Amino acid sequence: MFDALSDRLEGILGRLRSRGRLSDADVDEALREIRTALLEADVDVGVARSLVQGVRARVVGEELSKSLSPGQQVVKAVHDQLVEVLGGETLRLTYSPAPPTVVLLAGLQGSGKTTTSAKLARWFRQQGRNPLLVGADLQRPAAVEQLRILGEQAGVPVFSEPTDPVAVAVGGLREAQRLGRDVLIVDTAGRLAIDEALMDEVRRVSDAVSPRYTFLVIDAMTGQDAVSTARAFHEVLALDGVILTKLDGDARGGAALSVKDVVGRPIAFASTGERLADFDLFHPDRMASRILGMGDVLTLIEQAEREFDHDVAAEGASRLLEGRFTLEDFLSQLQQVKKLGSLGGLLSLMPGVPKELKNSAAIDDGQVAQVEAIIRSMTPRERGDPALIDGARRSRIARGSGTTTQDVNQLLRQFKDAQQLMRSPGMLGGMLGGGGRAKMAEALAQRMGGMGEGAGLDAPGLESLGAGLGPGGLSGGGLGAGPSLGGRSGAGGGSAGGSGRGRPGSKKKKGGRVTPKGQGGRGGR
Amino acid sequence: MLALWIVLAVVVAALVVGLVVAVPRRGRARRGPGSAPGSAVTIDRPRAAPPAPVAAPPEPGDVPVTEVAAPEVTAPEVEELEPELEEAPVPELRERMGKTRGLFSGYVRALRSRSSVDDQAWDDLEEALLRADVGVATTTALLEDLRTRVHDGELRGAEAVVAALREDLRRSLDTTERTGLSLDGEGICVWLFVGVNGVGKTTTIGKVARREKNAGRSVLLAAGDTFRAAAGEQLDQWAQRTGVEIVRGAEGGDPSAVVFDAVQRAQARGNDLVLADTAGRLHTKVNLVEELKKIRRVADRPPGHVTEVLLVLDATTGQNGLTQARQFLDAVGVTGVVLTKLDGSAKGGIVIAIQRELGLPVKLVGLGEGPDDLVPFDPDEFVAALFE
Repeated sequence: MFDALSDRLEGILGRLRSRGRLSDADVDEALREIRTALLEADVDVGVARSLVQGVRARVVGEELSKSLSPGQQVVKAVHDQLVEVLGGETLRLTYSPAPPTVVLLAGLQGSGKTTTSAKLARWFRQQGRNPLLVGADLQRPAAVEQLRILGEQAGVPVFSEPTDPVAVAVGGLREAQRLGRDVLIVDTAGRLAIDEALMDEVRRVSDAVSPRYTFLVIDAMTGQDAVSTARAFHEVLALDGVILTKLDGDARGGAALSVKDVVGRPIAFASTGERLADFDLFHPDRMASRILGMGDVLTLIEQAEREFDHDVAAEGASRLLEGRFTLEDFLSQLQQVKKLGSLGGLLSLMPGVPKELKNSAAIDDGQVAQVEAIIRSMTPRERGDPALIDGARRSRIARGSGTTTQDVNQLLRQFKDAQQLMRSPGMLGGMLGGGGRAKMAEALAQRMGGMGEGAGLDAPGLESLGAGLGPGGLSGGGLGAGPSLGGRSGAGGGSAGGSGRGRPGSKKKKGGRVTPKGQGGRGGR
Repeated sequence: MLALWIVLAVVVAALVVGLVVAVPRRGRARRGPGSAPGSAVTIDRPRAAPPAPVAAPPEPGDVPVTEVAAPEVTAPEVEELEPELEEAPVPELRERMGKTRGLFSGYVRALRSRSSVDDQAWDDLEEALLRADVGVATTTALLEDLRTRVHDGELRGAEAVVAALREDLRRSLDTTERTGLSLDGEGICVWLFVGVNGVGKTTTIGKVARREKNAGRSVLLAAGDTFRAAAGEQLDQWAQRTGVEIVRGAEGGDPSAVVFDAVQRAQARGNDLVLADTAGRLHTKVNLVEELKKIRRVADRPPGHVTEVLLVLDATTGQNGLTQARQFLDAVGVTGVVLTKLDGSAKGGIVIAIQRELGLPVKLVGLGEGPDDLVPFDPDEFVAALFE
């Protein structure tokens, strides 16, 4: 897995190869880089410090790995450390013997409590429960209205009244009992942790309904303030868990680490978008990769599975393999890829990508739009057989797309080169030709079989995929087998040990989550 | 097997696209607000005179009773050049930020008590800056500079270092861009409010509406967030609270259409200013950013004239704030930042990097959820609040 952090470490540790062991001094400098990376990811200063100490303990005196470079080895150690801190027990929700099971949400203004309440409600419904939502945010204009609308979308009733938060909560509890609802989700107003009066209010709300679960809802882009906020809420409410929101952005999310460290309770859920369905259990390994700026391929795959038109994707892939990939196919794949969000972000998420592509500055989404326009200005025949395109056609296409003939020429040239590249044995051919493909498919089938139907790929699946892709893969990089995934030991790490690095110190976007635009009804979403 | 195709398709599609698109030209699209509305510097004084107090004609011998017409207007009397002389009391920012400055000032106090600037002192300073979300790069740059000056003998002792740091921070926030909000140009002025989800755009608009109305301007709100549940209702309540009109559209409808309608209406009714709300959107979502670009284009069509694009930024945001600023700047030409929720424990230090690296000034600061909780940004106060 190669990216800025790994590269920086390579520079520092590269000369170690001959020596055999990682010494204290060697590791010191590397750890400074790690600390920088963590701070850039918004990890609390104190938490970063203790994390780095933890890594030092892990790594000093370790033998140099055979399959990983020293840089990768240290990164892996950090990654493992992060997974440990972020993970631990998963929150296993249990229900009150006497219904309803009360769940209270608290947090700062704008963290996403109201949306999260509705998502939770939907989630509980999926678990076969009968939740009731309580709108106890009487402070923010139209907050209850918002919850009502979301509740309707989730198929869950909403209770509120214009009295005061404590009374509403109590009323909601009574209503749940009256209606026979077995889960009560209480949305509260956003409040500053330093606002004594409001913190007292939320404590009273909590006392009034005795929640079984109290969750702190925290925004993934929160900076150093995360710790003091979490601490304050924890002191007042005795949190049971944390819900991290807006993970569909490209914030590295170090706040997750800080909060987990301070509160000591699990991060229960991850919210990854504005739709009610964008809600999932939290995955420590993915978060670890993200914090380290290593991207999050697994989420990408999941999102692709959700958003891609499977038929189009499958069609495109098969045509590609058969060397029949045309501009038309390119256009439809481009549409698919666009759904996943910023192209630069997308590429930065993918391991093993050649460095020219990784530098997100190179991917201008405006250029993508231009490419699209050019192809759309072609006739279907022209897209099928670009050799047809003579000077007159080029002019026409240029005019139609608002570009120049040079632009059109360039596109055609690039595409042709790309086609050649894909046909060449070193590339896809090698990656996916005959034996490789079969081997990969087999490994995949095995994994899929063991995971229940409809399960996406997870770390083991991708690892074997990586192994299958082997050294013939792009620039020697596989699909992320190695330290970036689940902190496992580098099976097939050798294949990932090639090039395909980003430029050290380049200002690339850190591993961003990309989220597909929602389908279904919302204009432009 | 399906998953395999997905993986392939993703990999391949992205790569092919990347190969074709990326490697050729690197010419970036137009950058930021080169010809941003803000650059024509004029002063945003009210063009209309503030409503005069209505006085009952004094009867001979009576003590004249002056009644002031509602709303109470505390408009500036004189043509001054410093926008921050409007109603917002100067100490307020410091006061309101004050509650938890303890941490930063704690480090500084400890530092001052030291006679020499040793390694521990530098570490403490670094930690103080990092905890204020100033960021690694900016912190490193600031401290490197100070270290050099200490080494060269220019700065002696902890006091001097602290003072120098304070001055450096203050200077980092200097700007040649205008810091007032622009109302110049022809046509209906539109101020567009943009930003990611949950930062406080709608609340900020409410506060700005109050402020502008108090300054004697005729304000119209455009409920350009047609996506989020009850967003229109929320802004509507602010319209009622501040006594300004609002244009709304259908939920799920085209936000550009709402803004367009608002501009048309403003022209018909003679409003001075349209405040346009937009839905929160992560800068990573291409289609949403495209939508925002369109909203701006539409708002800029005559008779509309976008004179401010304000990026609303939550003070609790960490380093991602810089990314947000960069992306929004690229996309729609942000002219200034509104830093919200600064009444909390977060310091908002990321704005220093935003100013240094992008040249984007903070213009306004939000300090609470009420309609008056808005002050102009004052770099002196901001830095002072960190150090006290």
